[in-house]
Amino acid sequence: MIDTFVIHEQKPLYRFILALADDSLTLSHRLAQWCSNGPYLEEDIALSNVALDYIGRARMFYQYAAKLEDKGRTEDDLAYLRNEREFTNLLIHELPKGDFAFTMVRQFFVDVFYNLYLEELLKSSDENVVAIAAKSIKETRYHLKRSKPWIRQLAEGTEESRQRILNALEELKDFVGELFEMPTWEQELCDAGIAPDRSALQQPWDDYVQKFLAISDIDYHDTVLRIRGGRDGIHTEHLGHMLCDMQFLQRSHPNMQW
Amino acid sequence: MKYNDTLIDNILYKRIILLLSRFGALSMQVIDKNANKSYEQELANFEQKIADEQKIEPSDWMPEAYRKNVIRQMSQHAHSEIIGMQPEGNWLTRAPSLRRKAILLSKVQDEAGHGLYLYSATETLGINRSEMIAALQSGEAKYAQIFNYPTLTWADVGAIGWLVDGAAIVNQISLQRTSYGPYARSMVRICKEESFHQRQGYEALYAMAHGTPVQKQMAQDALNRIWWPSLMMFGPHDADSAHSSQSMAWKIKRISNDELRQSFIDQSVPQIEVLGLEMPDPEIKWNEERGHYDSGEINWQEFKEVVNGAGPCNYQRIKHHKNAHQEGEWVREAVRSYKEKRAKKQNETAA
Repeated sequence: MIDTFVIHEQKPLYRFILALADDSLTLSHRLAQWCSNGPYLEEDIALSNVALDYIGRARMFYQYAAKLEDKGRTEDDLAYLRNEREFTNLLIHELPKGDFAFTMVRQFFVDVFYNLYLEELLKSSDENVVAIAAKSIKETRYHLKRSKPWIRQLAEGTEESRQRILNALEELKDFVGELFEMPTWEQELCDAGIAPDRSALQQPWDDYVQKFLAISDIDYHDTVLRIRGGRDGIHTEHLGHMLCDMQFLQRSHPNMQW
Repeated sequence: MKYNDTLIDNILYKRIILLLSRFGALSMQVIDKNANKSYEQELANFEQKIADEQKIEPSDWMPEAYRKNVIRQMSQHAHSEIIGMQPEGNWLTRAPSLRRKAILLSKVQDEAGHGLYLYSATETLGINRSEMIAALQSGEAKYAQIFNYPTLTWADVGAIGWLVDGAAIVNQISLQRTSYGPYARSMVRICKEESFHQRQGYEALYAMAHGTPVQKQMAQDALNRIWWPSLMMFGPHDADSAHSSQSMAWKIKRISNDELRQSFIDQSVPQIEVLGLEMPDPEIKWNEERGHYDSGEINWQEFKEVVNGAGPCNYQRIKHHKNAHQEGEWVREAVRSYKEKRAKKQNETAA
């Protein structure tokens, strides 16, 4: 059995909610890896907080997905018992945490994105989706308030910190385009008034990011779609290792309650 | 969008310091007025306060040995919170359910918060966080010996929450009455969170003890390994404790090591029974006459070795701390440089 087949057979709404859950879960996993590794104790606390927000978000989406699927599976079945090719998160969320500059640039990118996206998601005709978006946007607004000053401090700090920011921008640029991609099934949900149109957010995202980076004298280009595949279960090599780690107990001791 | 460049967390941190020294500010005037008091008068005054169960506040006069003793104990407590993040953090990415993962992450985050709060409270005694961290990394300052044991299975995480946080609570409840004001107040807040930690740990272990035979075996194994180091957390027997008598006299410490350890054993034995696990110590037995549980002798040789650096994870814990600190150096340097540049710019604009 080919797993991509399974993904393509999924009903669009279930597929949509599950994908949003995977986005949150993979990012929260990366953020949690900073715990006891941050440059300040305050950052251990802050990044754990952001990770907790994303775990909470993932749980709300998984619970809703499980309800939609209606096969008696739980949030944990969805998180812990699907394999690499069944996960459909956008790739930017799964990339290893890297150095502090990489983590903060990625966070700044997704924070800007979710500030735009969740605003649109609030207009969804699906009330469950609206409820999740309403809780999440408050968190995301705060996340951006934290990630922006970090980008500036590092970009305008020392030569080394600036170089690390530039490296992170370079490494991440190819993964941004996928955030704005609208596959046919998602477009259908969009036409039905359930999902936001991602492609419409690219221009505002580019404008926001370029304007903000310009303050620190960084000339940032327009987004181009380059590396893609997350929504089809085509990932970076990093996801498999993440799942080995994350799913270890559920896989080695199946059918147990924890 | 307008925002403040200063780190929000730094503001919070300063607020904590302010709050902690608020109480001291009042007595500062008293000190100024009585600047010519003799050492004997100051000491008598200090001892009277202790006798009257009054709190010693940051700007109050205090003997140098008292200050050092409180710094030692508070910073050791702060370091324990911080190093304690590692053995539990070891399971953050492997927690077996989303709910457990969220609970564990918020617990470890709480420990970081306790560490921060305690570092701030200790700073009111005239030492800064960098100095405390340097003392931790050089081995000069200690932390709870329990964190030098590894967390091998998921059951260990439950056992730590239940036993280690449980032992910490027994100790910290008594410290709510400690004579140094900021320490006493921080204990009130920290105890509330610790009891949540203990409950979540017990609940996780309960689920395993009532799960499959494999899970129950993991729970029993964790109890057997973590029980003894948890008892050691209360320190040596009263007769052998280096700092105890002076600390008791100054009311920094309110209840002796052995008394605290006994109440921990008394509260834990019925909990082990509810779990349906075997006692980790075959000598545990109710003593009607004493009204307490009797128990076997602790391996004090092991305690000494672990405290003095020869535990299974001593090297690893400090190395992890040093590495994280060193890897963050470029970030802290960037923040300093950014602040300097901003200040310079502001000065130029002002001129």
